[in-house]
Amino acid sequence: MDESHAIVAHQFDDAGQQRESALLGMWVFLATEIMFFGGLFAGYTAYRFQYAEGFAAASHHLDMLLGAINTAVLLTSSLTMALAVHSAQVGKKPAHIVGWLILTMLFGCAFLGIKVIEYHDKFVHHLVPGASFAWEGALARQAQMFYYLYFAMTGLHAIHMLAGVAVVLVIAIQAARGRYTPQYHNPLEITGLYWHFVDIVWIFLFPLLYLIA
Amino acid sequence: MTNHWLGFPLFPEQASSMAGRMDALYFFLVAVSGFFAILIFVLIAVFIVKYRRRDGHMPVPSGHGHMWLELVWTVVPLALTMVMFFWGAKLFFHIYTIPPGAIDVFVVGKQWMWKFQHPEGQREINELHVPVGRPVKLTMISEDVIHDLFVPAFRVKRDVLPGRYTAMWFEATRPGKYRLYCAQYCGTEHSLMTGWVYAMDPVDYQNWLAGGAATEPMHVAGGKLFQQLGCATCHKADNTGRGPTMVGLYGSRVTLKSGEVMLADEDYIRDCITKPNARPLPNYEPIMPTFKGIISEEGLLQLIAYIKSLAVPAAQTRSETK
Amino acid sequence: MTTSEPSLPRENFLNCDYSIRSWLLTTDHKRIGLLFLVSITLFFVLGSAYAGLIRTELLTPRGDVVSPQNYNKLFTMHGLIMVFFFLIPSIPAVLGNFLIPMMIGARDVAFPRLNLASWYVFSIGGVFTIITAVSGGVDTGWTFYTPYSSIYSNTSVMTMAVGVFITGFSSIFTGLNFIVTIHKMRAQGLTWFRLPLFVWAIYATSIIMVLGTPVIAITLSLVGLERLFHIGIFDPALGGDPLLFQHLFWFYSHPAVYIMILPSMGVVSEIIACFSRNRIFGYKVVAFSSLAIAVVGFLVWGHHMFVSGQSAFAGLIFSFLSFLVAIPSAIKVFNWTATLYKGSISYDTPMLYALGFIGLFTIGGLTGLFLATMGMDVHVHDTYFVIAHFHYIMVGGAIMGFMGGMHFWWPKITGRCYPESWGKLSALVIFIGFNLTFFPQFILGYLGMPRRYHTYPAEFQVLNVMSSAGASILGVGYMLPVFYLFWSLRNGPIASANPWLAKGLEWLTPSPPPTDNFEQTPVVTEEAYAYRPEETASG
Repeated sequence: MDESHAIVAHQFDDAGQQRESALLGMWVFLATEIMFFGGLFAGYTAYRFQYAEGFAAASHHLDMLLGAINTAVLLTSSLTMALAVHSAQVGKKPAHIVGWLILTMLFGCAFLGIKVIEYHDKFVHHLVPGASFAWEGALARQAQMFYYLYFAMTGLHAIHMLAGVAVVLVIAIQAARGRYTPQYHNPLEITGLYWHFVDIVWIFLFPLLYLIA
Repeated sequence: MTNHWLGFPLFPEQASSMAGRMDALYFFLVAVSGFFAILIFVLIAVFIVKYRRRDGHMPVPSGHGHMWLELVWTVVPLALTMVMFFWGAKLFFHIYTIPPGAIDVFVVGKQWMWKFQHPEGQREINELHVPVGRPVKLTMISEDVIHDLFVPAFRVKRDVLPGRYTAMWFEATRPGKYRLYCAQYCGTEHSLMTGWVYAMDPVDYQNWLAGGAATEPMHVAGGKLFQQLGCATCHKADNTGRGPTMVGLYGSRVTLKSGEVMLADEDYIRDCITKPNARPLPNYEPIMPTFKGIISEEGLLQLIAYIKSLAVPAAQTRSETK
Repeated sequence: MTTSEPSLPRENFLNCDYSIRSWLLTTDHKRIGLLFLVSITLFFVLGSAYAGLIRTELLTPRGDVVSPQNYNKLFTMHGLIMVFFFLIPSIPAVLGNFLIPMMIGARDVAFPRLNLASWYVFSIGGVFTIITAVSGGVDTGWTFYTPYSSIYSNTSVMTMAVGVFITGFSSIFTGLNFIVTIHKMRAQGLTWFRLPLFVWAIYATSIIMVLGTPVIAITLSLVGLERLFHIGIFDPALGGDPLLFQHLFWFYSHPAVYIMILPSMGVVSEIIACFSRNRIFGYKVVAFSSLAIAVVGFLVWGHHMFVSGQSAFAGLIFSFLSFLVAIPSAIKVFNWTATLYKGSISYDTPMLYALGFIGLFTIGGLTGLFLATMGMDVHVHDTYFVIAHFHYIMVGGAIMGFMGGMHFWWPKITGRCYPESWGKLSALVIFIGFNLTFFPQFILGYLGMPRRYHTYPAEFQVLNVMSSAGASILGVGYMLPVFYLFWSLRNGPIASANPWLAKGLEWLTPSPPPTDNFEQTPVVTEEAYAYRPEETASG
């Protein structure tokens, strides 16, 4: 009890208020993030209707298998993240929490690795928008717009993944030091929220980009 | 109607059929706004004097508000704004619905000048001659950034976009010389992108058209371009070429390969020339090369004038609403 | 001003530590508010200097003071600095930071370090702005319309876009902090309907900051990509649609207008209640109207695009919703006026500003109806009518509220009173100067003078000269408070804890407040603005 008291910041009355504030703060931040991605989704929606055929044609050049694998990888990482938070809630040993967090990071890195392979493939096939963009077929301009949005959206997502992995690393170090107890594990919990959010963004990106039939 | 007060200009000349309508709406808005502004000012003035702090004067707390008062000052303004909404919307549709039989004038905006071309072929820069008493339709496009053609005396303006046509119309009612401006900020010499509209008596206008160097009408120039650029090899008049015929295209409804039906208006024709295969047609191979960069905005407008001249008469009168 | 005690209270947030480090690393919301005050004042001076040069150039029809491109840079920098570096942070980051925790009986905001980060992020964005200004400025207009900004302009668009992008995060951090603080940290007994209306207004503002700002951030990023790599979604040459930029830009920038005006409305509610010794008439209606403005305000952006080539039917919807969003503003004006009824009104400086606000905001709001009326907008769009309208809202509204609030809480912030007669004089000068500057612009606009014009036809000169003359009076009006407020820091009479006999938790603690705000956490047992007649008698 004394221990949990020590980590209540001076502006809060008690640990409960502190935890609620941390959670609400993260939810508000995620609302901001939704709007941040929202600008790109709005652009996507506009051109998806305008350039339906070109988008469909361009989408066929994405590797659906790698996309599906990445979806599975991310979903699994969300599971390990949830298990890390759960371990802290039920008071498991730090090694437990750290173990789940390391798995989460590994899955996150695997996702990014696969993304790099996909990007490289697009680069090789001249599907990166710009001067070197080459498209065989009728709808080059529309296809380029698709790939522009593809790179902007998955790129922004990847940046968020990268940030997520970095934050999880910091959290894992804190967890290893035994900072998180059933009474206090706010940073871990809100990092979990962030991780799930990034996961959900991908759940939207995958069908919108890979599965245009 | 006077437009000066004690030597101050208050509103611009009324020189088009739109001006009277616009000013009527303006006076209504001024009257409603004036009434509420004065109401608020008077109430504040009365209250701050009458209830100023004095010894022995006790304020009476206003309590929790009054439902009926709140309702009154919600519903009354709401009703008035709905009048504004409908009136404004009606005027807006009037301004941008092109009446049939309007004279076609084509406008190309570029940093920082206005280029006009009449169907009879006359070209003007920063000057536009129009007859009074006849609606004039402006089909406008920009070569670079967004511009906006604004004629205060006619109470009309509209943005001029790169890559697609916008249209507006006016009918001048009084002969005279009126300012035209670029109203959308377009770079360094934005404030010099101005000019004059000359509204002329119909007879004077005909003389003006006839005067000057001999010019060929836009659709004739467009027809020549149609030959020069090789369009005619595929788009044959009898519809036996590799591409569809242009006869009767303008104003018709075109069914695309995707099943979508589109009105073949100026924008459609422009897109077909600059982005040929973006909207594939059934029964035709997507083999047309793009003419983007090969043909100027003015050339495009001439081609469109030519294709319009091939329209079947019934479709020719189709009016266009943007 | 009432009883002055002879000495300042013992230790307070100002004198607890004088080191520079204690300011730059502070997590005290009050000190962070003052850091923002210094920063935005500097930007206000800079933005005003640009305005002064604009008005000087417009004294004559010909372009005889600066070159066309420099003129374009003047109005661009004026707009960008005033919007992003003064108006948006003004009341939320200065007064909001200082007051929100105190008004709800908290020791600080929920995330004090994030709060400090907000100021640093703002400052970094500000540095980019200064770099832009020094490296030659930007000439795109504050609206960054594509394709001019993304392809054609050859000025420092990138540094400025980066500056605005970064500063956006300052808004987001501040808004996030306020939302959590107001939700989670209210004192015991302080229910939502006992909150001062300033708190409601800041809460509504924070929602807009949090949901709107990221959209401008991503939009400017896309403009940057287009400019740097010639790939993008706005340039028609690349198959893009320039109107998409306008949609995304105004999706933020119209609600941003409410970021500027809502906090001012909150300030005015506080001042009107205090100086008429009355509960705000229709408290709940005023509170909810702030939320209504925040929500509906997100759905009206297309009224900036009636003549842009946007579809007429989209225009219809935007026009309709724009009229709807006008109603809550009208309701507020009526309720403030009704609050005066049977009050006990005194004419102290903050009250003069608040009354000025109501008058000018009324004109600004009513002229907004002209612009929401689709047919009318065709004629006045992009003319000086628009300039006049939004200056009535932003200068006549937002800045009057800011000035009123600064005067109202100055004794609380500094523990000193300012010279009242100078305060009244400056309020009067600002009011007169403002009207002389901007009222003629309504007429200019209807006459057809387009905005952003370096040169103009001679027939517009008389009205332009009036406007420039007004601007010089306005400039004097703004300079006066800088001097006497600064003077009062050392020489002003010592202020008591509650010099105005106002209600609200912030007045229960000494002036200036101690670092932790309250010696004991207050418990609230009554509604806001529970002014009682007998307390007035002694005032």
